[in-house]
Amino acid sequence: MKKTIRFVYLSMIYLFLYIPILILVIYSFNNTRYSTNWQGFTLKWYTELFADGALMEAFANSLVIAVSSSVIATILGTLAAVAFYRYRFWGRQVMYSFIYVVMVSPDIVMGISLLMFFITLGFKTGALTLLLAHITFCLPFVVVTVFARISGFDRNIIDVAKDLGASELQMFWHIMMPMLMPAIIAGWLLSFTLSLDDVIVSFFTTGPYFEILPLKIYSMVRLGIKPEINALSAVMVALSLLTVTVSHFLIKENR
Amino acid sequence: MGTTLLWITVFVVVPYLFVLVFSFLTRDPDGIVTWTFTLNSYRGIVSEVFLKVCKNSFMLALGTTIITLVAGYPFAYFLTRIGERVRRFLILLMIIPFWTSSLIRTYALIILFKANGIINTFLLALGWIDEPLNILYTQIAVFIGLVYTLLPFMILPLYSSLQKLESSMIEAAFDLGAKTRHVIFHIVLPLTMPGIIAGSTMVFLPALGLFYIPDLLGGARSMLIGNFIKNQFLTTGNWPLGSAASVLLTLIMCLFIWVFFLSSKRAHTNSMENAA
Repeated sequence: MKKTIRFVYLSMIYLFLYIPILILVIYSFNNTRYSTNWQGFTLKWYTELFADGALMEAFANSLVIAVSSSVIATILGTLAAVAFYRYRFWGRQVMYSFIYVVMVSPDIVMGISLLMFFITLGFKTGALTLLLAHITFCLPFVVVTVFARISGFDRNIIDVAKDLGASELQMFWHIMMPMLMPAIIAGWLLSFTLSLDDVIVSFFTTGPYFEILPLKIYSMVRLGIKPEINALSAVMVALSLLTVTVSHFLIKENR
Repeated sequence: MGTTLLWITVFVVVPYLFVLVFSFLTRDPDGIVTWTFTLNSYRGIVSEVFLKVCKNSFMLALGTTIITLVAGYPFAYFLTRIGERVRRFLILLMIIPFWTSSLIRTYALIILFKANGIINTFLLALGWIDEPLNILYTQIAVFIGLVYTLLPFMILPLYSSLQKLESSMIEAAFDLGAKTRHVIFHIVLPLTMPGIIAGSTMVFLPALGLFYIPDLLGGARSMLIGNFIKNQFLTTGNWPLGSAASVLLTLIMCLFIWVFFLSSKRAHTNSMENAA
């Protein structure tokens, strides 16, 4: 009895979460522009999608920003996590808590604060400002992911390496990096996803001449639904599915 | 480390100071602002227009937080009772929507809600309704949209705090003759309070700011604080007022963080006492 209730309840919540996404994906293969009924399987919307120059350009822009911001955030974030672990310094705890504060602070406040910052300093909003903004919101996620793995380390390994005469740099490259790799890749994948999907911060920090996919989708959806958007959304869902699953298994290896 | 610290200072702290400073400046109809100190923007956020937006937005955010908490808590609890292998898979199933673009998840709801969308087609076919229901472009649609996008943000923190709860403590309470009600209210809830607050923070704050949800599901009438702020920057060009509203949002965030801090301190001492 208890098991049945549990099963039914869990299934209901999962159905609530997944049915809309599944329908979206199914519709992206539906051979009709206007009707809700099933009119047969087609890949037409996907081919139209890939033939749409403006969309493909926005997609390429999004990929460039997502790749570069996630790589930079991963490098900076990993170094910060290592420093948090290796060195006791004044204000360490406060700074680590502050990283969490940045993570929960509302996107819209980050968006408008960066907008005012860039405009007041005379930057033209565009690819560069967007990149800087994306690095900023990805950084805390990398620090937290990598730090979670690092804090599970046996400190003795580091001491042994040092005793055997390894320099700080050698220790970092040969001992810490290989052990941290799963968390670094996970942090990188999550940053990539975060950057690729972001709407709110990007909305304020990109300019009219640098279009990215989520904003393009946003402006298209406001005009109504289209089968091409279904196809595009299905592609985005598939991308998130892939990155999240891979990073999930990498983080799990921690334990 | 130094670089990250510098980065956060330059791109988070300094821009935030801009928000604070701008909220006290005077709006300039020709340019952006003039450097004259004023409290006008703060008068603006106690004006009738903004208070109406606030009330609507707070009610929606509060409702979303309550619904996701009430629906999410048993869910997270059931998850902890499941065998390791299946559980890992189920957690992945929860993490996927957590990381999937909420814009796209909102768009998926439009397909369901449209007049000739799935829900209406289905209900009409069943003969339960005679004409299509108006779901899209209502306050209800916005509410469902917020619950739908934010539910995973409630469940994951709840799950991680429930998972840390030691079942021996619950068993001990039952062995000592405590009633289920007592176990829930005196042990389980206080000890998982940090998770409840963390989940509520991750639902309540975005629920005030996710401007594209009312834009896409709610039509012109429903507005969140996020939409109000966005409009100040995009349409009316009133930066000081938008900044003042952002300061308000940040104060709400600080309140949540403070409550979280208190509750995790309390949960910690509670579990210490219980252990002793």
